[in-house]
Formats: sequence, structure tokens, C-alpha cells
Amino acid sequence: MNPTTAPRPAAALSPARALATATRVLRQLRHDPRTIALMIAVPCLMLVILRYVFDSGPHTFDTLGASLLGIFPLITMFLVTSIATLRERTSGTLERLLALPLGKADLIAGYALAFGAFAVLQSVLATGLSVWLLGLDVMGSPWLLLLVALLDALLGTALGLFVSAFAASEFQAVQFMPAVIFPQLLLCGLFTPRSTMHPVLRALSDVLPMSYAVDAMTQLLHHRDPTAAFARDALIVTGCALLVLTLGAATLRRRTP
Amino acid sequence: MNYASPAPPPPAAIHADHLTVVRGPRSVLHDLSFTVPPGRITGLLGPSGCGKSTLMRAVAGTQAKVTGTLDVLGRPAGHPALRTRVGYVTQAPSVYADLTVRQNLAYFAAVLDPGRAAADRRRANITRAITDVDLTTHADAPAGSLSGGQRSRVSLAVALLGTPELLVLDEPTVGLDPVLRRDLWQLFHDLAATRGTTLLVSSHVMDEAERCDRLLLMREGAILADDTPEALRTRTGTETVEAAFLHLVDAATTAARTEANVKERTR
Repeated sequence: MNPTTAPRPAAALSPARALATATRVLRQLRHDPRTIALMIAVPCLMLVILRYVFDSGPHTFDTLGASLLGIFPLITMFLVTSIATLRERTSGTLERLLALPLGKADLIAGYALAFGAFAVLQSVLATGLSVWLLGLDVMGSPWLLLLVALLDALLGTALGLFVSAFAASEFQAVQFMPAVIFPQLLLCGLFTPRSTMHPVLRALSDVLPMSYAVDAMTQLLHHRDPTAAFARDALIVTGCALLVLTLGAATLRRRTP
Repeated sequence: MNYASPAPPPPAAIHADHLTVVRGPRSVLHDLSFTVPPGRITGLLGPSGCGKSTLMRAVAGTQAKVTGTLDVLGRPAGHPALRTRVGYVTQAPSVYADLTVRQNLAYFAAVLDPGRAAADRRRANITRAITDVDLTTHADAPAGSLSGGQRSRVSLAVALLGTPELLVLDEPTVGLDPVLRRDLWQLFHDLAATRGTTLLVSSHVMDEAERCDRLLLMREGAILADDTPEALRTRTGTETVEAAFLHLVDAATTAARTEANVKERTR
């Protein structure tokens, strides 16, 4: 069509449409109680197991537990978002929505709100369990722990949305989990400090967002008040999440071949 | 005394000129030119794979690589202002299987007409759309638990929500029993007559063609005929639209073969 009159889609966010989308996503989840139970219970169960795996060395549990409180929301939200968005793409509802007056920002904000609310619930339970029942010893404020967990959940949502564009089926989407998450898990400093890794791997870990999620948690572990390093790490995670969300938004096309 | 000239004919609901669509390496629609009159039911007929769905997606503004002119309700297809004015129903029902009929409609209604102030209007629209497609008794059943025909009616109900001026329906009656098919066609005629809605309905079932005001017959990405069902039958001297279509296809095939032979001979 004539390019001079070709319309530009409105980029402005409509809060009412984003809220409607979030409500719809939460309603879909409510029809699936087993998924809710798994999302809530599995991280808690893992933390309980971890606590007793390191029964004789509670300090190891402090280090690993704090990091995992940041990693669990990332992985859960990654999986849930990539499958949910893929279903939206393959069921034709995405095409329908984009033919309606729904902005891409509305859709993404809707998903982020719904899964963000879920991540808060998951993180509150996991953090509460770790700090009060399992004796996780963190110097920093549990509120900041929760904040980082939320940022990680946002990052997971962003990554899931982005990779769903490259998956043609649920099988492929699930395989993106090991492809995208496992390397970050190995390199993020969970198993050994990043400074002790081979220089090549260390450089690689410097550009992976999960490293900063774990660094932020480690800062909270050792410092009573938020440090400059903590602020930097939290900002990097937020920036990465926003960058990947923007990339993900670019994969939502109103016109498809 | 009245010096005014007779009212100009109403502008076309859809106007295409040299419309071409490319998918992958090949062109699916070649240089189409046609108009669709407003307030009428226009049937888009042709064998599977002839480009009906691609044409409908182009009109709905979801098809990429469209060249030429394609104006819908006076604006280029896909214009943001058209998103509330055009209802589009894909061949496969595009609704959320894990939500109930009413929840599906509630979401799409909120996208079309957002805000708390519009809540009452939305509720009325949802109830009307559910009644229109005769799913009142299933309103609170999950869409995934419905039969294929029922689910495609949920998809249709979504398109009816915003009272669109143009409805683009891709094979809306596939898999429906004769009674439901009759009822849906009755609904289409009601929409055109009482709400002035323009409908573009695709089908590969030729007996449905008789129910349309106008027909676009397609074959291999080109338009074979653009006429009323009656004129088509008269022109081809046939009893049914199906016979008329076969007559036109045979004529086109013969013409193509002759052309190929001429090319062969002159080479």
C-alpha cells in the first residue's frame, strides 16, 4: 500500500487494556490449578531439600539459598511466559488481538503484570520460608530480597516472550529452557565465584543477565544496607529485562507472511 | 423545486486495484481489481488453496507483503482506525480454550471498548453477541469443552462484539449442521438488513453462494467472475452457481492451454 499514508501503530500504553489482559491471563491460570500449585510449591520444596542437603554446613545454604531465591522466579516465569505466548501465537488469538485496537505494549504489560503478581506471591512464600523457617541468614532487608526476585521474574518474562518467537512448537519452547537458562545457571556464580572461572567464561558471565541477579543477592547476603554494587546490579537486571522486552515486542507482528 | 443531482452511489466498502500478495517465493494473489458494495453480503468462492484466506487476511490488515491499492471503508487496509470497524474471523476458531465463552467475550470486549465507564455497554454487547450465535445455554462452559462448530461460533461472537461495519468471515459455516448453517445465514442477512453491515464471507460450498447478494469467484489467485448469482447463471446459461463456476473454470483452463500452445508454436 501507499507508504506515505501507511499508518504507524500507536505505541502508547492503555492501562485499561493492559489490566484487562492481566485479568484474562490470571483467569486462564485460575482454570489450571495444577500449574499454580507447581509454580508455588516446587521452589519451596527445592529450598527445603537444599537446606537439609547442606545440613552440616548452614553457611553453604545461605549462599546458595539466597542466589536461588533470585533464580527460581526467573526460571518459572521464563517457562510460563514462553509457553503462554507460544500458545497465543499458534492458537490465532495473537493475530486476532493485533487486528483489534490492542497495543503491543498493552499485551506485554498485561503479561508482565499478571506473571509479576504471581512472582510476588511465589517470592513471598519462598523468601518467608527460607528466612523464618529454614534459618537463611541474610544481612540485608527481606524487602530488597523480594525486589530482586521481582526483577528476576520480569527478566524471565522478557526472555520467555522473546524466545517464544523462535519456537514453532511447545517441544521447542521447552528446549529453550536448557539452551537459554542452563548456561547462565552454570556461569552466574552459583557454583563457584565468577572471579575464579576461566577468563573466557568469566567474560561470558559478565554479559549474561543472571550473573547480576545472583550478584545482587550476594550483596544482600553480606551487607546490612544496600550498597552501590547492589544498586548497579539491580539496575543492570532491570535494564536487561527492558531491553529484552523491547526485542520481544518487535517479534509481535501485526502483519505476518 | 429540486436541482440536486441524484445521490452519488455509496462508496465501496472494499476497493482493490492491482492488488498483489506475495507469500514466500510465489505470488498468491495476482493483480486483483474488484469492489465490494456496502451493506451487502459478498461471497468469496473458490477451491481450497485459491487464495481466499490470503485475500481476507489482506482486507483484515494482517497479511504482509501486500502491494497495489486495497482500501477498506475508505482507508488503506490495516489502518489503526479500522481496528474497531472491521470484524475478522479466521478459519480456525481463535479463542482461549481455557476460558469460558463469557470470559472470552469479556476480554475481547474490554480490548475493543475499555474502561470502567463502558462496563454496562460491554455487558449488553456480550449478551447480545452470545444470543446472536445461539450459545446462551453454553455461556459459562469453557470454550475448550465445546464442539468444533460451537467453538467457531464463539469466534464469530467475538467479531460481532463491537458492531463492526465490515465483517470478514473465513469459512464461518464449516462443520456446522444444516439447521445451524441456515440460522447463521439468517443472522448474516439480518446484520446486513438491520445494521447495514457489509459482509465478506468465504466458502467452498457452492450452495451457500446462492444466499449471497454478490459473488467473487476465485481460482489460482485470480478473480474469475464478479457478479450477482443470477447474472452468473444467466451469463453462463446454467442452472446453479456451481455449474456456472465449473463452466468458467473450464473456459479459463481452455484459454490458458490455448495460450500456452500459441506460445509453443510461435517459439
